[in-house]
Amino acid sequence: MGTLSEAASRTLVADAGVAVSDWASAADPDAAADAAEAMGLPVVVKLCGDAIAHKTERGLVRLGLGSADDVRAAAADLLAAARPEDGPVELLVSTMVQGDRELIAGMVRDPQFGPCVMLGVGGVLAEAVADVAFRLAPLDRIDAHDLVDDLGAQALLGPFRGQPAVDREVLVDTLCALGALAADDGVASVDLNPLIVVDGRPVAVDALVERTDDGPGTGTA
Amino acid sequence: MARDLTPLFQPKGVVVTGVSSHPGKFGFVTLHNLLSCGYEGEVFAVGRPDPEGGTATILDRTVLGSIEALPDGAAELLVVCTPVSANEEIVRTAASRGVRAVFVAAGGYSEAGADGAEAEARLVALADELDLVLAGPNGQGITSPPAGLCAQIVAPYPPRGRIGVASQSGNFVSAFLNYAEQTGVGISRSVSAGNAAATGIADYLEWFADDPETDVGLCYVEGLEDGRDFFERVRSVTPRMPVVVVKGGATSGGQRAAASHTGSLASDDRIFDGMARQAGLVRAPSIEAAFDAAATFATQPLPTGNRVVVLTTAGGWGVVTADAVTAHPDLELTPLPDDLMAAIDSMLPPRWSHNNPVDLAGGETRDTIPELLDLVAGHDGVDAVVQLGLGIQGNTAALTRSGPFHPDHGLERIVDFHERQERRYAEAAVEASATHGKPVLVASELAVAQPDNPMVAAVRAAGRLCYPSADRAVAALGHAARHAAWRRARS
Repeated sequence: MGTLSEAASRTLVADAGVAVSDWASAADPDAAADAAEAMGLPVVVKLCGDAIAHKTERGLVRLGLGSADDVRAAAADLLAAARPEDGPVELLVSTMVQGDRELIAGMVRDPQFGPCVMLGVGGVLAEAVADVAFRLAPLDRIDAHDLVDDLGAQALLGPFRGQPAVDREVLVDTLCALGALAADDGVASVDLNPLIVVDGRPVAVDALVERTDDGPGTGTA
Repeated sequence: MARDLTPLFQPKGVVVTGVSSHPGKFGFVTLHNLLSCGYEGEVFAVGRPDPEGGTATILDRTVLGSIEALPDGAAELLVVCTPVSANEEIVRTAASRGVRAVFVAAGGYSEAGADGAEAEARLVALADELDLVLAGPNGQGITSPPAGLCAQIVAPYPPRGRIGVASQSGNFVSAFLNYAEQTGVGISRSVSAGNAAATGIADYLEWFADDPETDVGLCYVEGLEDGRDFFERVRSVTPRMPVVVVKGGATSGGQRAAASHTGSLASDDRIFDGMARQAGLVRAPSIEAAFDAAATFATQPLPTGNRVVVLTTAGGWGVVTADAVTAHPDLELTPLPDDLMAAIDSMLPPRWSHNNPVDLAGGETRDTIPELLDLVAGHDGVDAVVQLGLGIQGNTAALTRSGPFHPDHGLERIVDFHERQERRYAEAAVEASATHGKPVLVASELAVAQPDNPMVAAVRAAGRLCYPSADRAVAALGHAARHAAWRRARS
């Protein structure tokens, strides 16, 4: 069992059909600054590696960087914070996505029912609120729509604080993509936490894939 | 393809082992029940031979001293009430005499430890080898009213109906059958799956789905050996036959994989719930609610939409029921369409509610309720009706009838009128439902408080459930509407 880096996780889920925020990998602070300017400021810079599963807890995420110099400084700090046990690391630059609404989605393997897709209300209170629902993978679009309908906080999915209603088709695409990822037995679990709703579009701003096998790019966390 | 359970539920001839002369023993009770509920096939009892060498009889039946004495081809179902050590040989011999299905009521198997588990595995292998249907062990038995069959170590024997019950708890079988007895909404088949060593809930449901006697499955599950298999099989049943499920042990599975937030939010109950919804299972929160839902599927047309009208002659019930419908995620308290509003207006004095709930506010005359039921149920903008406030005239009549002044003072006439009207109302509700192919649910606490109220009795006589409260009617209707929507989305 091991986790994939955020970059490898993003690639895997995006290829399956999950909408993810714009991002790029960078090896050093200058490359990070170039990537940030290319995708448009402000950006987020994270330290990223197969053995790093919980970046926030270790302070390896720098938000709202508004200039190339800020990006360079943050990138240098992050590289300096790497520990020997982290193994190979790189920088991940992504657009600073803002939205009032956060969702969480994922895939997990249940001992009784096998692979399941989850959708829930995200954010810092996610586990306390526990407004989540599941379907067994794979799921078709009807199942995915039902899963969205299962959330208790439906008001959160409608027009909200001046923002349009959540685009359910995009959300359904993401849920179906998670279900499809379960077809690969090597994928033990997937976390998209959070999906931030931007102009009604739920976009994954972080992704974590756990693998059961020792496929390429697997760390040993 | 579903396992053929016909020899279990429609056997030609039944043999019971472990029959003793003690009326408290399971073998005796099973024999008694087989002989008392109208089963027309032959019944054989196997017990200890008479120590004197004579012929032992129990309940006027000759007791066979051994299963060897069973005539060839005379019994298809074997009910086993003998101890574990005797049963493999009994089953083998019974099969050689033409038995095709075995219900093992006896305990002492996997529920009793490692030795029992081994004996159970041997029993399963034997049933496999002999191509027998094996139900149980450690179960209470089966009932099959279309066959007059009550092969149970307990009561009751339910009225015949369209609900097929399969339960991992024997006592919940009894509970469902008791509700059937209480409400008059009957049972087609029931089985206590016991340890479900070879035949599980999904096997029963698959057979029920093809059973011409059964319209709805009702099951209780605690643990599923293979949840994915259950899901796949049940999902192929629900498009043909609604299945109501109660899940026991709905507790949190706690933390799973540490690296995954999804894992930490995954509890057994949430996953079961999602599985149930995806499979089109109707998940009820309690035994009582499950029976209500199953009785609704068994006796009402499936709604084609979720627009509900509440009809009432009792203001308060109308208000709280409208609230309950509004709060239900699968139902809509529909605004009254203009033409329906106008039509009702022409039938009632102006003080009626002019909205949904349609509160007659005492403005009805002798024909209003039947006419209104037909009008509302027949409207294209209405998918279901909940009728409240019936039974009041019958309730009044009961007190009048039992008082010291009846039948004088003109009371006989008014009592007869009230009672006749109540029967008309109930029949009108059933007729409106049947004519327009829509659910019309009648709810009143009198269903329990006064079961012989002519309204309650007439609903029951029509084979329908008189819901004991408006809330239970709304909950049951919600299940029906959700299941109907599930089917529509997938057809």
